[in-house]
Amino acid sequence: MSEITGWSRDEMAKKAAEEIQDGYSVNLGIGIPTLVANHIPEKMSVMLQSENGLLGMSGFPTEAEIDADLINAGKQTITTALGASFFSSADSFAMIRGQHIDLTILGAMEVSQNGDIANWMIPGKMVKGMGGAMDLVSSAKRVVVVMQHTDKAGQSKLVETCSLPLTGVNCVNKVITDLGVFVIEKGKFKVLELAPGVTHAPLP
Amino acid sequence: MGFNKIIKTAEEAIEGVQSSMTLMFGGFGLCGIPEKSIAALKKSSINNLTCISNNAGVDGFGLGLLLENKQIKKMISSYVGENKLFAEQFLSGALDVELTPQGTLAEKIRAGGAGIPGFYTATGVGTKVAEGKEHKVFNGRTFILEESLLADFAFIKAQKADPYGNLIFNKTAENFNSVMATAGKITIAEVEEIVELGELDPNQIHLSGIYVDRILQADDFEKRIEQRTIRGL
Repeated sequence: MSEITGWSRDEMAKKAAEEIQDGYSVNLGIGIPTLVANHIPEKMSVMLQSENGLLGMSGFPTEAEIDADLINAGKQTITTALGASFFSSADSFAMIRGQHIDLTILGAMEVSQNGDIANWMIPGKMVKGMGGAMDLVSSAKRVVVVMQHTDKAGQSKLVETCSLPLTGVNCVNKVITDLGVFVIEKGKFKVLELAPGVTHAPLP
Repeated sequence: MGFNKIIKTAEEAIEGVQSSMTLMFGGFGLCGIPEKSIAALKKSSINNLTCISNNAGVDGFGLGLLLENKQIKKMISSYVGENKLFAEQFLSGALDVELTPQGTLAEKIRAGGAGIPGFYTATGVGTKVAEGKEHKVFNGRTFILEESLLADFAFIKAQKADPYGNLIFNKTAENFNSVMATAGKITIAEVEEIVELGELDPNQIHLSGIYVDRILQADDFEKRIEQRTIRGL
């Protein structure tokens, strides 16, 4: 086995943060995408959307600030940023479906070379539900996936065709893994960058 | 009487609910759920319910209480991953589940309350969600037809009400509550505070009282937190 470890979760998040531009409204998924918030340059004005009804999410609260009525989509207690607004779930998804969100960064189990994404169910296992993922990927202006390059069995999660039930079709623009950064162009993965020390990343 | 909708007990909140009805419950996770009505339903013998709620509570709280009592026949939700009991009942076939994308669920309810029987959305195109549904192309993009939802009763939670049922929600505890209020034949709002008529600034009201039939005030909402996360020091 190779000794190459590639990027850490935090380094992947930092790489994903480079996708964010000043003035963007961004939805961050659960897991590594949540860490992206820690890497947004302070000089940028960026609004983070939480699909349970908040635009302008900020960090975790202090013990004194905790409010049961203020949570993110991962059900964690949070705080609001300056300029934040609250709205209903229907308005939240009008914002998403209506393409008012500039960028969606989320995790996945598989991404195919034509931009299909699978991240909500594994046949034979208890299905938890898709939450807002299908809405987010089907209508975002730009979808960036952040995930480990291979699964526990060492198989590439960047595949020719997804074998798992799909979350959305032909919707992923870019994939950031521990091994590198890959764009989807004309139905193929193209290597944009490899993590330091990585000489090869398995692609279909 | 007139427009005064204030009730005194959780038993009055669920008055008229019968077995086999369809009920909506506001909330996202455990945030902004109608705790008092759920507790009253748990005490009742009402069962065989179809429950429309984004989530299914957790073991021992929220809709998890009704699952425990096997009062729910079917759940229409977007994410049910926080509840072990749910998994057991689903896998044994005791519980039917209709998983719906969260935005589609919100819009089905919004449309239902607004008198719109269905709508086209791109959400779910090319996935299991689209199976068996009408597809239609608009400007070169494919959409599927989703039908709206209504309920016999909608149970919601708000922060503040006046006696006419005008409501103010608090922060992210609004979530599904405001749209569900519009889609229940009878809507019950649980609130933390009832103020005098005229005390709410009409400019600041989040939901018009026309959608609210009963108001139940309580001082002792548990407001349980699922993921208590605090800032690292």
